[in-house]
Amino acid sequence: MTAGMSVLTASNVVVRYGAAEVLAGVDLRVDRGELVALVGPNGAGKSTLLAMLSGDQEPTSGTVEILGRPVAEWRLRALARERAMLTQEQRIAFPFSAREVVTMGRAPWRGRPEEDLDELEVAAAMHTAEVTHLADRAFGSMSGGEKGRTSYARVLAQQTGVLLLDEPTASLDLRHQETLLDSVRSRVREGAAAVAVLHDLNLAAAWSDRIVLLHQGRVVSDGPPSAVLRPELLSEVYDHPISVITRPGADGQGDLLVLPDRHAQRSLL
Amino acid sequence: MTATASPVSKVSTANRGRRTPAPPAVRRTRATLFLTGLVVALVAVVLVSAGSGQLRIAPDEVAGSILHRLHLDLGPMPSHPRGDATLWTVRFPRIAMALLVGATLAVAGALMQGVFGNPLAEPGVVGVSSGAAAAAAAAIVFGLGFAGAWTIAACAFVGGLATTLLVYLLSRSDGRTEVVTLVLTGIAVNAVAGAVLALLMFLGDTQAREQIVFWQLGSLGGSRWQYVWVVAPIAAAGILVAFLAAGSLDLLALGERSARHLGVHVERLRIVLIVVVALLTAAAVSFCGIVAFVGLVVPHLVRMVTGPSHLMLLVGSCLAGGLVLAVADLVARTLVAYADLPLGMLTSLVGGPFFFWLLRRARRTAGGWA
Repeated sequence: MTAGMSVLTASNVVVRYGAAEVLAGVDLRVDRGELVALVGPNGAGKSTLLAMLSGDQEPTSGTVEILGRPVAEWRLRALARERAMLTQEQRIAFPFSAREVVTMGRAPWRGRPEEDLDELEVAAAMHTAEVTHLADRAFGSMSGGEKGRTSYARVLAQQTGVLLLDEPTASLDLRHQETLLDSVRSRVREGAAAVAVLHDLNLAAAWSDRIVLLHQGRVVSDGPPSAVLRPELLSEVYDHPISVITRPGADGQGDLLVLPDRHAQRSLL
Repeated sequence: MTATASPVSKVSTANRGRRTPAPPAVRRTRATLFLTGLVVALVAVVLVSAGSGQLRIAPDEVAGSILHRLHLDLGPMPSHPRGDATLWTVRFPRIAMALLVGATLAVAGALMQGVFGNPLAEPGVVGVSSGAAAAAAAAIVFGLGFAGAWTIAACAFVGGLATTLLVYLLSRSDGRTEVVTLVLTGIAVNAVAGAVLALLMFLGDTQAREQIVFWQLGSLGGSRWQYVWVVAPIAAAGILVAFLAAGSLDLLALGERSARHLGVHVERLRIVLIVVVALLTAAAVSFCGIVAFVGLVVPHLVRMVTGPSHLMLLVGSCLAGGLVLAVADLVARTLVAYADLPLGMLTSLVGGPFFFWLLRRARRTAGGWA
């Protein structure tokens, strides 16, 4: 494959459910070594776009390519060795333990030389997601955050170059939000491409290379955090007064902080 | 009087649902011991069961008879002049059928639970058995014979497949089957299949009626080698496919989307396994009638020992199902002298309360089957 070629490409993707248009012509390219945050208000089409990128569904029109090949042409097993996906909902039908769930992430490598690494990869993934101490607990008996981290460990154990994460930080405490996104970053540094749906704009600002802002099924802004997180744009998209401030950092590069502007709202009322 | 809620009771209910699975190493040793124990118990039950009845034959003579057939001159032959003949024409085909049907039903139950993502799914409970029985009864009443000895099995398969698909389509939403929906669907399907059976009884002559009643009760009484040879290949093929699908079934426990993300062809897997469930149920039902709850109780007990991983679960269910039915049949024909109790009645008598207990437990854990 040629250098600089996009790992994920969505071109003019339209998704309609009956009369409702969920995605209205979305273009997106994600390269290796890039962490892209998908943000936008509820119902903007973030999860739908992620479902299209993962190959769960075919778009009504438009194309989605992974590593230059249309998703529909991939064999599922081969695709599972290239991209992993963390879904929003984590549940299980039988009392599998956390370790068994993480080991399921190795399934696409069965019967290949990489299978020998199974135990190592599982242990490493569980360590990264900080769920080693939960190894023998039944998945169903865990808290929401513990389930989320165990599922994330499963996604890591899958060892893919493409990571699709639907609200990976939901129900995680502050420390685990940070450590999880830090581990995504280190995968990205090693050459992976990651797309994460994030609701917390501060996390998106702090950890992503690029933010894609979706609104009513369209990309309204796509660029580095400082270019996308503009107060007037966010206020309009989220239909709520929002201010963006820069907290001065030690290295001269400040952190962007996105906050609802409660004073402005009060004066509007 | 002042009524105060006791905080102690709250604590105990919160802790009850949380069973921590044993560490894998412990589980593996336990599973190996369990499987070995099952095999030993199976051999013992076969020897005792074959020797029990009006003509008593000692277990060592039963073993001797089997070994001599295998051209091994070990152990004593049955001392009774008709002993060897009784074993090989009456007792062994019946025991072979019990083992086959037990294994078949238990595997069908385990598969169904995996496909539906619901531990309460079972061919008898959801009405697949009665669907298969209704179709088989139709074959008798209308005197169908298009496939020779296989006709009844073929009809049972068609009926079983139709009902499995029906239940599957009716009871699932969002890739999952809720307990209530499944049980209610089972009631509806069983009601319709029961009505069809009743209609067939009304239409049929006395002989057909007797045969239909035999189906509803479930019995291994009429087992012959020729029937065993019809059931055996179907059961073997179905169980083999089940073993091959074990890994994918584990992944399916994560839900359809996640299973697909891990490379499982969910749609294909589902269709193949539904056909296998219908095939296994038909194999069991066509010559023995409705033997309910084996597919529910056995996988549950096995899961408690081996854990939820499907390969061990299926191997264990195969052995334990055979054992349970062999024991049940031994009880059915020896509990009351000179009487052959209906096998299906016995399994329902034990399985019904067990099912009830499972339902209670499901309710306690807030309807969740985690």
